[in-house]
Amino acid sequence: MLKYTIRRILYVIPILFGVTLVCFLLFNVAGGDPAAQAAGKYATVEQIESIRAELGLNQPIYLQYLDYLKQILTFDFGRSWSTKQKISEMFWSGVGPSLSVTVPGFLITLMITIPLSLVLGYLRDSFIDRTAMVVCLALISISSLVYILAGQYFLAYLWGMFPISGWDSSWTGRWEYTTLPILIMVVLSLGGQILFFRTIFIEELSKDYVRTARAKGLSNKKVLTKHILRNALIPIITLVVLQVPFLILGSLLLESFFGIPGLGGLLVTAINNADFPVIKAMIVILTILYTTFNLISDLLYAVVDPKVRLQ
Amino acid sequence: MTSAQNTQGRSLWADAIRKIKKNRIAVVSFWIIIAYIGLAALCAMDLVFTSYSLVDNTIPYQAPSSAHWFGTDLFGRDVLARAAHGTVTSLIVGFVGAGLSVLIGTLLGALAGYFGGLVDELITWFYSTLDNIPYILLLVAFSFVSGPGLKTLCLAIGLTSWVGHCRLVRSEFIKQRGQEYVQGAFSMGASHARRIFVHILPNTLHLILISFSLGFVSAIKSEVILSYLGLGVEPGTPSWGMMISDAKLELSRGVWWGLAAATVFMFFLVLAFTLFNDAVRDATDPKLRDK
Repeated sequence: MLKYTIRRILYVIPILFGVTLVCFLLFNVAGGDPAAQAAGKYATVEQIESIRAELGLNQPIYLQYLDYLKQILTFDFGRSWSTKQKISEMFWSGVGPSLSVTVPGFLITLMITIPLSLVLGYLRDSFIDRTAMVVCLALISISSLVYILAGQYFLAYLWGMFPISGWDSSWTGRWEYTTLPILIMVVLSLGGQILFFRTIFIEELSKDYVRTARAKGLSNKKVLTKHILRNALIPIITLVVLQVPFLILGSLLLESFFGIPGLGGLLVTAINNADFPVIKAMIVILTILYTTFNLISDLLYAVVDPKVRLQ
Repeated sequence: MTSAQNTQGRSLWADAIRKIKKNRIAVVSFWIIIAYIGLAALCAMDLVFTSYSLVDNTIPYQAPSSAHWFGTDLFGRDVLARAAHGTVTSLIVGFVGAGLSVLIGTLLGALAGYFGGLVDELITWFYSTLDNIPYILLLVAFSFVSGPGLKTLCLAIGLTSWVGHCRLVRSEFIKQRGQEYVQGAFSMGASHARRIFVHILPNTLHLILISFSLGFVSAIKSEVILSYLGLGVEPGTPSWGMMISDAKLELSRGVWWGLAAATVFMFFLVLAFTLFNDAVRDATDPKLRDK
């Protein structure tokens, strides 16, 4: 296990090099001249040049890249162009609001989809299963934007069951504003997740140990909960771990629709304002988080499944 | 398929087509897809729904009526005609975006899987790197730096979504490269290129097709999200993403028909593609053959 852990951690180094390089090239090379963008549309050549010197963009490209790495390591990404706030502060203040929508939303979805897909997998190809499949496929054929628009329009605007948008930074007051986004998040992830889990459960159901468990006379309930659910937990845990960075990011669309001051909404605002440093910083932070959780999920996988370690 | 298998019985494809023909849902889905392609072709040639860009400022936001089945938009343009023309945009995004990503993924995956060694390590590093950037962020970042527009939209989707195809083709090539028919081709003097493209590639085509159609659906959905972020097609070009995004402002004025038209058009295309894809997967799955 130790050998595998070390190898897997070492493997992260080239990946981190790669992802920082992609982010750097995307924004500093492919995205045009950052100095000209920072200076704005009506800047003179001298102004652009002085900003270029200020941002260190007159240095050779590899020095700029090292500078960028230094920013990441010290978590100091400078300031936003539009609000002049420190980006690291913007990041930390956005995490809480994002998590207060995504964590309840994600957990509620799991509590609905796991038992439901287990039952559907067991009833495979029955009338109930086929109907549920059609419903799930229909659910995923509608754009997530439509769910948000319809939810906000009907439940908040027309029927007044929830506030249309807004935010209360106190922990007790915010739930009034997060309930509808949480509800919409659950509905729009139902279809895809049930399809995903059902496939996993069906695969488990066809394995030999299930036949053995049945052959020794265990009840269906025992087979499903004690045997299948436990074995299927491995891919489920992987999914959950890999979702963590997305829970931190929050939903770009939900947050911008409901005025939730989370990271997703922050990113949408930054895109609308062409706020380069914020977009660049957000993407690299979340990418590094994602890489880290990828590593964690692989290590967890190796803990529960010894076959992985030997590969 | 190799000739040896042909003489023994039906080929994978003949078998698959026979199975798909028997599957009623698959047949209906297939004809729905064809209908969409036909509609897009007619719209692109300006033969039907020619009024899609006809501005009439006297009738903004008219509710559905017999003259305008899905009402009119802010500029008095017919919503149904715009939704129909949106099919062209969506099909271009789907076919070009997903096509480009399948092309890149297949080429890199084939090279990595076939040659192995250093080539494989480099390509694996490259796609693992991209795979470690959350897809939606990569797509948004790419569209942001390349600017809005139909061309850049297709390019952004194509260049960011090939990792899944690449991984699939690579693992399939690793499986196939040691098989007898490839060794046979080698002993008959087939070049690397010939073995890759003429011998192995056709045996992975069904998987690539399934992968492509998943990519197609995801490209169409991405267009909606990118439109909302202001990174969609040029303003004025009819697109479902734009129509759905515009609904944010329209709904508060009670205008629901733009959203409804775009959603209905998109719903049936995506559903048909998903169902057809499932049927192709079942029909070409070797584990389910001859049942």
